[in-house]
Amino acid sequence: MTTPMLEIRGLHATAGGTPILKGIDLVLMPGEVHAVMGPNGSGKSTLANVLAGKPGYEVTAGQVLFEGKDLTAMAPEERARAGVFLAFQYPVEIPGVSNLYFLKQAVNAVRQHRGIEELDAMEFLQLARQKMKLVEMSDKLMQRALNEGFSGGEKKRNEILQMALLDPKLAVLDETDSGLDIDALRIVAGGVNALRGPERSMLVITHYQRLLEHIVPDRVHVLSGGRIVKSGDKSLALELEDKGYGWIQQSAEGGAARA
Amino acid sequence: MSNETLEQLANRDYEWGFTTDIEMDIVEPGLSEDVIRFISAKKEEPAWMVEWRLEAYRRWQKMAEPHHWAKVSYPEIDYQAIRYYAAPKQKVKLDSLDELDPELRRTYEKLGISLDEQKRLAGVAVDAVFDSVSVATTFKKELEKHGIIFCPFSEAVHKAPELVQQYLGSVVPQGDNFFAALNSAVFTDGSFVYIPPGVRCPMELSTYFRINASETGQFERTLIIADKGAYVSYLEGCTAPQRDENQLHAAVVELVALDDAVIKYSTVQNWYPGDADGKGGIYNFVTKRGKCAGRRSKISWTQVETGSAITWKYPSCILLGDDSVGEFYSVALTSKRQQADTGTKMIHIGKNTKSTIVSKGISAAHGQNTYRGLVRIQKGAEGARNHSQCDSLLIGDTCGAHTFPYLEVQNPTAKVEHEATTSKIGEDQLFYCRQRGISEEDAVNMIVNGFCKRVLKELPMEFAVEAQKLLGVSLEGAVG
Repeated sequence: MTTPMLEIRGLHATAGGTPILKGIDLVLMPGEVHAVMGPNGSGKSTLANVLAGKPGYEVTAGQVLFEGKDLTAMAPEERARAGVFLAFQYPVEIPGVSNLYFLKQAVNAVRQHRGIEELDAMEFLQLARQKMKLVEMSDKLMQRALNEGFSGGEKKRNEILQMALLDPKLAVLDETDSGLDIDALRIVAGGVNALRGPERSMLVITHYQRLLEHIVPDRVHVLSGGRIVKSGDKSLALELEDKGYGWIQQSAEGGAARA
Repeated sequence: MSNETLEQLANRDYEWGFTTDIEMDIVEPGLSEDVIRFISAKKEEPAWMVEWRLEAYRRWQKMAEPHHWAKVSYPEIDYQAIRYYAAPKQKVKLDSLDELDPELRRTYEKLGISLDEQKRLAGVAVDAVFDSVSVATTFKKELEKHGIIFCPFSEAVHKAPELVQQYLGSVVPQGDNFFAALNSAVFTDGSFVYIPPGVRCPMELSTYFRINASETGQFERTLIIADKGAYVSYLEGCTAPQRDENQLHAAVVELVALDDAVIKYSTVQNWYPGDADGKGGIYNFVTKRGKCAGRRSKISWTQVETGSAITWKYPSCILLGDDSVGEFYSVALTSKRQQADTGTKMIHIGKNTKSTIVSKGISAAHGQNTYRGLVRIQKGAEGARNHSQCDSLLIGDTCGAHTFPYLEVQNPTAKVEHEATTSKIGEDQLFYCRQRGISEEDAVNMIVNGFCKRVLKELPMEFAVEAQKLLGVSLEGAVG
């Protein structure tokens, strides 16, 4: 039997001490792309942060297995090196550190961990140039300080570029569509689609259906009140778009009442 | 990031804290005219030199220690409890470097300073000062071919008495301030450099200062003169053993640049900073000043200050010659319980004089970091220009950064610009880096180095690499 890429069982988690996730179950197989949708405050970003190991987020019950190993026991950098990538909703700026240098450090940290030889500046530049095409990234943006003064679209394209360079097994995309105009959305989604493959799984977190027109998921999960209240195929996203989150919340409450 | 990691990063071990066991020639603690005569006699100084010292001593006795204006605090210093002379016992005069005490040679090897000319990095000459004396100077003969004098100060008094008499105290007068007056009375060794007209010094000159003896103060004196059209790049480095008592280091550095001369003076200061609770460490109370005496002359100060319990220094430029240029590039890092009150003074006197100030302060753990800088444009300084950039970076919640710019403009044609920023290494930045596989420590180093880049690139190549490592080491245990 194939080991799931990600297996979440009965996950409860707090953010800054407040309970947010209240029992999540989700299985993501290699090569699958799942979407997680839900209204504001449903716990979408908490889920992303818990998977990446952000300080301040605490697992209080349940399990998270990555390729069968306990992910919660690993430090954030260990998770990253093992192949877990988070595309941030709000990528941070680091003044004085060039984008290119930052990416090289990250790629070499991961390569070192995997026992592959580190890349020197020239080799890295070649690799970067190749991947930059994916998201139409300019040389100019590579020379600038990391994300400093980047537009919303440039920041998100930079996230996907990092994903392409770091070659993760599991990519969590946290509201990658937020703040993007339609052209930027197309570029970003194009980059993500190019990175889909049988060895890579993705968890696409989004508020809106429009991203899923470009990145077509295998499964859609609806998160509400810290639980997955409904799962289905891609048509579920369309249904949501049609009826709104109110519909799902009501039916979830109805379900809870019946139980 | 977790506070524990930060604490660990901030309180990393000081790896230069060892002591050298060697027979020393040392005076009893205390300061008097007799002690000054003793120092002078040890160095076989001429009468004018001892008179100059005694005059400084008499001035110093009438001065009060400044306590109030700098943002530093420390217990009263007992000047009678300090030893003013300590020197390793060795043959009075070395005929060649081969005769150097092997224990001293090993000390410098351990510090990464090779006194073996063959093994030395090509292009760097070293004057090694151990407590109160210079123990070795490399490449002297090579430099003499170019007419360059590079020797211990005590040797220069005999070798180039006219130059010493003409320029000693010409930039920092005896009574300039309390610590400069003390230094003028009791200074022991330091380096003397003279570059003749039109000569570009073919190698980097450097002095490595090492405090070894306990209860001893180090009072070095450095004088660099670049004659017309000359160029020199000079670098000093410093370390000291790890001790629970504080030790005083009160140096004076004077630079003189004549017409079209350029002096580049770089410091990598790594005196023992004390422990995480603020016990021990060096008081680094230093007066450094350069005079752009000639037209189109240039003096550039670059400092990387990572050590000392307290740093109190303002490498300054007096821009006397028309079209002369002054520069100050500084990185000051305070971690543990370190305090720094540092910056510069740019005094514009000549026409069309220009100055640039780039100051980067980094505070971590319980460090307190103050930038204090004066830009004065005097009446006659037509067309003078200054640009100042002062940035502070905070790591954690228990440190402090302070900026005190003083601008005095007496000429309406002057252009003076001052920019300042304060930022903090955020948990979000660290998490972002870690999510990309970069360890917390590497992330902090990367952010700090990015912050200091503009200053570090002013250092000679090999020292820039050292400085970068040093910043990383100084922050170990402090990140958070």
